[in-house]
Amino acid sequence: MLTAEEKHQIDHEISLVPSPKNACIEALKIVQQREGWVSDESLKDVAEYVGMSTAELDSVATFYNLIFRRPVGRHVILLCDSISCYVMGYEDIKEQLFNKLSIQYGQTTADGRFTLLPNCCLGTCDCAPALMIDNDLYRNLTVDQLDEILSKYT
Amino acid sequence: MEKPLTQHIVPGRKPLNLKEYEQVGGYASVRKVLKEMAPQEVQTLVKDSNLRGRGGAGFNTGLKWSFVPMGPEAAQPKYLVANADEMEPGTFKDRLLLEGNPHQLIEGMIVAAYAIEASISYVFLRWAYKVAAREITQAIQEAYAAGYLGKNILGSGFNLEMHLHTGVGRYMCGEETALLNALEGKRANPRAKPPFPQVSGLFGKPTIVNNVETLCNLPHIINNGAEWFKKLGLTEDAGTKLYGVSGRVKKPGCWELPMGTTIREILEEHAGGMQDGYLFRGLLPGGASTDFLVEEHLDLPMDYPSIQAAGSRMGTGTMIILDDQTCPVGFTLNLQHFFAQESCGFCTPCREGLPWVEKILLAIDKGEGKPEHLLTLDFHTKYLGPGNTFCALAPGAMEPLQSALKYFREDFERHIHEHHCPWSKSKVWQPSI
Repeated sequence: MLTAEEKHQIDHEISLVPSPKNACIEALKIVQQREGWVSDESLKDVAEYVGMSTAELDSVATFYNLIFRRPVGRHVILLCDSISCYVMGYEDIKEQLFNKLSIQYGQTTADGRFTLLPNCCLGTCDCAPALMIDNDLYRNLTVDQLDEILSKYT
Repeated sequence: MEKPLTQHIVPGRKPLNLKEYEQVGGYASVRKVLKEMAPQEVQTLVKDSNLRGRGGAGFNTGLKWSFVPMGPEAAQPKYLVANADEMEPGTFKDRLLLEGNPHQLIEGMIVAAYAIEASISYVFLRWAYKVAAREITQAIQEAYAAGYLGKNILGSGFNLEMHLHTGVGRYMCGEETALLNALEGKRANPRAKPPFPQVSGLFGKPTIVNNVETLCNLPHIINNGAEWFKKLGLTEDAGTKLYGVSGRVKKPGCWELPMGTTIREILEEHAGGMQDGYLFRGLLPGGASTDFLVEEHLDLPMDYPSIQAAGSRMGTGTMIILDDQTCPVGFTLNLQHFFAQESCGFCTPCREGLPWVEKILLAIDKGEGKPEHLLTLDFHTKYLGPGNTFCALAPGAMEPLQSALKYFREDFERHIHEHHCPWSKSKVWQPSI
């Protein structure tokens, strides 16, 4: 069920566009903000609210890599794997994260704390390698910074 | 040396707020166009300035605008969109402008919207630019409060609404028609052209999509004139350009320099040359989708015609350096993995061809390559080239591949003959999921 606050926010987005369907990505973002991801149930609620079939909305939701259609941990780590970070050695960071968190890409730690995803270019190539955790950007990364960075997130 | 775009940007300092921006002459161009110039005059001035699109295509901005239907008969509302999606790997120039001086972008957008008589505008910002999102949100609020946005701007009768839209990923959103689909709440597949967005764009209405750096140039062109702008460039291309360098150089970064500054000056004077222990082998001049240039090209001016004549594209003007300790096959594999992943899947050559290319490169990098693999890669560079796909993604992907096969072919052959990657005794780059 969409909350009253979510409906209020989605209504605002709908008011800016010609048809409610045009606000569907905004609506997915709003729902994801509360739950961290978009469940089948939420997808159905949003589809009904904006007047789309569930399949049509899912075709949009699954197109975009930052709409999560599977549950994620409390914090999402996005590690840049694009060319400048490749040249500057992001793979060492990747291996350390795999080891420290005991997960691979696409997985969530057993305690539900982190999900690790690869991500294309974060647009900070002069400070490669780089990663983002939630809304925080970390750049000029070295492996010995990782423990301190991870410890900020509970 | 004049640096109009970055003169008020101090890295690490908060951007100018509206009052501070006005004190250094901010929004003067809005006053000027609204009071003294007709929209067509703004178009002509910008066309004459030879401002070319800074997103990578390099099309004359004023000319692009001139295809928008004008006057009372034109379809309404018309839209102006700032393309702030900046997702070309290796590119980080618009971030500087977005975080460093958001009012300059808003001012440029008002000028552009006035020139095409648009009444609604969007900043399409990539999700990763969180600082930029905060600064732009605040700057838009300030601009509304000061009467630069909204109804009857400065008593002129001109109206303009402005919204910030943050994306949810995908490289395709940087392509202007795909961006419009994303703004409409659809999958970001590109659209067939014609009709061009100037005639039928966002929600089927006339629309212009301009890059952030392009828009930020407008206030300065309005204030100082077309001749001033042309004289900023060292070659036939006008203005200044944000150039960037990433990779194994001493001081990677982004600098505003006269258009036509040589690659060597950018690399050696501004980026400080190669790091100790690393040698230069090649570079992509303007992002992941541009052809390699090598040593012999270093004295070329970085402008649109010079780089094109050398068989590449200036693209976004942000270079990525290939050093001697990075495997050219691994480098190319990383790029092709990116393009294969980011293909929207709409047209067959791109959807099927790019993963094939990636698989072959992975085999070669692992030491499992066969001599005929190089021929398969060669034909992909033709069949995924311009004219064979629905949009420019796959042709862009083929640019670094075809030039890697040209300049570094011996390295590809060594992988195949020696059955391993000469740069790595045990480890091969594994593409992410």
